Amino acid sequence: METIRKFERVCEIIDHNQRNAARLIPILQAVQAEYRYLPEEILTFVATSLGISPARVFGVATFYSLFTLKPKGKYLIRVCNGTACHVKGSMGLYGAIVKKLGLREGEDSTPDMLFTVETVNCLGACGLSPAMVVNDEVYGQLTPQRVSDIVDEIVLKEAQNESDAHGA
Amino acid sequence: MNGTFVFIDNKEIPIENEQNLLELIRKARVDLPTFCYHSELSIYGACRLCMVQVEGMGLVPACSTPPTPEMKVSTNTEEIRKMRKIIVELLLANHSQNCPTCQKSTTCQLQALAKRFGITKVRFKNQLREMPPDESSPSLVRDPNKCVLCGDCVRICSEVQSVGAIDFAYRGAQTVVIPSFGKALDQVECVNCGQCARICPTGALTPKSEVDEVWKDIHNPSKVVVAQVAPAVRVAIGEMFGLPPGTTTTGQIAAALRAIGFDKIYDTSFTADLTVLEESGEFIKRVTTGDRIPQFTSCCPAWVKFVEQYYPEFVNHLSSCRSPQQMFGALAKEMLSSELNVRPEDVVVVSIMPCTAKKFEAKRPEFEHDGVRDVDHVLTTQEFGRMIEEAGLHFKELGPESFHMPFGFKTGAGVIFGNSGGVSEAVLRYVSEKLTGQKHESYEFTSVRGENGIREAKLSVAGNEFTLAVVSGLGNARRVLDRIRSGEAHYDLVEVMACPGGCVGGAGQPVFSDPVVRRQRTKGLYENDRMLELHKSQDNPYITELYGTVLGEVGSHKAHELLHTSYRTRKRILDEDVSISSGDEKSLDISVCFGTSCFLKGSQKLLHDILGHIRSKGLNARVNVNASFCFEKCDKGPTIKVGSRTIEGCTIEKAIEAIKREGVALAEEVRQNV
Repeated sequence: METIRKFERVCEIIDHNQRNAARLIPILQAVQAEYRYLPEEILTFVATSLGISPARVFGVATFYSLFTLKPKGKYLIRVCNGTACHVKGSMGLYGAIVKKLGLREGEDSTPDMLFTVETVNCLGACGLSPAMVVNDEVYGQLTPQRVSDIVDEIVLKEAQNESDAHGA
Repeated sequence: MNGTFVFIDNKEIPIENEQNLLELIRKARVDLPTFCYHSELSIYGACRLCMVQVEGMGLVPACSTPPTPEMKVSTNTEEIRKMRKIIVELLLANHSQNCPTCQKSTTCQLQALAKRFGITKVRFKNQLREMPPDESSPSLVRDPNKCVLCGDCVRICSEVQSVGAIDFAYRGAQTVVIPSFGKALDQVECVNCGQCARICPTGALTPKSEVDEVWKDIHNPSKVVVAQVAPAVRVAIGEMFGLPPGTTTTGQIAAALRAIGFDKIYDTSFTADLTVLEESGEFIKRVTTGDRIPQFTSCCPAWVKFVEQYYPEFVNHLSSCRSPQQMFGALAKEMLSSELNVRPEDVVVVSIMPCTAKKFEAKRPEFEHDGVRDVDHVLTTQEFGRMIEEAGLHFKELGPESFHMPFGFKTGAGVIFGNSGGVSEAVLRYVSEKLTGQKHESYEFTSVRGENGIREAKLSVAGNEFTLAVVSGLGNARRVLDRIRSGEAHYDLVEVMACPGGCVGGAGQPVFSDPVVRRQRTKGLYENDRMLELHKSQDNPYITELYGTVLGEVGSHKAHELLHTSYRTRKRILDEDVSISSGDEKSLDISVCFGTSCFLKGSQKLLHDILGHIRSKGLNARVNVNASFCFEKCDKGPTIKVGSRTIEGCTIEKAIEAIKREGVALAEEVRQNV
């Protein structure tokens, strides 16, 4: 029933934006907030609803790095690789996370879709460098040990949620 | 602005109605280079080749700078010359280097500019990331390695044709022009008109070549290779051999085909004459009974696909007549094997067409019988020109020869089919005599001729008032269809050709960008008509004979078998259903149409109610719910599909009843399995 809710939400988003093609970007942002990525068939649906071609929607969705057409994990880790963070060893942090999650070359998500890791060019938190963001939470002055601990904490929290759900 | 001047390279040039400096500079007879400027498209300003120096403004792009009085413009300073060179060099550094084997070689604008600017060496290292070309389409090849990102194709597809099958995707150095989601061209809404290939300055979009297959059949002694030549080819192919546009070369074409090795040479104008009789017969029948009016012409395969995918409610308005190309193919396969005493599979029909969509049309499943295609190969005018070159023929010097009878004999009505308005005029020439029962001396209906993409004509024939629309360009067709749908406009007959100006402006024709070329070809076809002895399809003696010996009468059973077809509605993009709710493996499939028309008729509310019903009855595990795009029943929406049953004009009550009915069957099946 989760997908039904999401689809009804997409219809609402489009209606809320008056089915106006000029509001494509806010529509895509809202859709991505719902699905955590932009599924192909939903983009086609959006295009049809707005009376524009799917190729145009695809163009907009691929132009902005904010949008993603690939499903992302429940926890999106963005390691800052702006100049300040880079100098303070952000790539070492990135390497530590990749190793911790056991990701292979070319992979950015764990098979259970719990984590996705990527780099961004400056979070604007240079004072906290090296920094990263997990979903909406900012972490600063990180070390490889610290990022490894953060991952462990999330895994632990998830495991607890799971057992709570089963216990209930 | 009138009465004022600008100074271009110190010459006074009067401002008339020019909207931008580029037009003024070209009026001053300075050929400023451009990739992305076309008078028929919006201004894009991306290629930066038209940069000029304006006193007080510095360097500005001429295409997007409006002229102001007394402006002082220099087009050839040292800085500008250097900059142009660098732009072209940078484009070359990111470009495939296989010019000698490129289809666009010698007509490529990048190649021409490199030569014009004297670029003998590219100072930058080649940075091209080689990508595979898309050869999925039967009509076109898209080679991203040759793209200069001028966006001409993107704009002609969306602005002129209102299709938008390709667009820019990704950004920066990764930018490409591709169909949605990086799909292959044959999986998306491309109608194969090829206008993108016509306007592409390089070899990034080209008509797909079938030259090799044709040579192979010509060299095969057991095959009888038959050519049919479309009307628009005869006034254009000369351009490839230095003749002015519009020069009629029918005799040279026949001679060249014979020299190349074709066994029989026929004229598609013959079957155009046949189309006139069948289509007019259908029109008279429909208009007198008020059945499916307006009737739409069906000669243009890009237009047919356009209706099939965007206007399903109008599909049955298309004339059931096959296009002249396909009528020819069917007749040739039916008659020639016995006449020439060869097996049907050894008769090879090759069309020479001004068109890329004809390649797609020939491959439609409707035109294949027992594994034998009615038309085996389709060559564009360009490809035929290349065969002439390959054979080493001096086209201009060839003595004119004639076509073979009977399919080589045509009237002027069959020849003007290549012009926008030609089909309508040819039909009028027949209908006016058929309805009055009298022969008329005159034959020209100039009211349907002209340059505009949408033309209307009102004619009174034997006491009947007919309103016609003559349309070229699919964007114009969309406007006309929307007005018909909303009830704003009423027509009896609507002629549509996908390419602006009709087939003379087709994408298979020799490369051109100046609209003057097309105008001269149009004129050439009308002159052809005047030069022929006969001007009305019904006067073609071989057509009369054909009805006597093979077809019976117009609209007969045999005529329907050979000369008519059916259409289907089609999805724009394959695999686009949205899965909303899935049950287990044995679940019942329910699809709710979310096409535009059903949406307006309340499919969103209906889906909401159906989901509510499923939830309240706890049927979640037993049904799959999808949102789909178009079940081709748009006139009777909202439409849903429950199992294999399509329910039109669906209400929540009807839906629940259908689910119940299917649900019982499902329950039994489940029970049996348990």
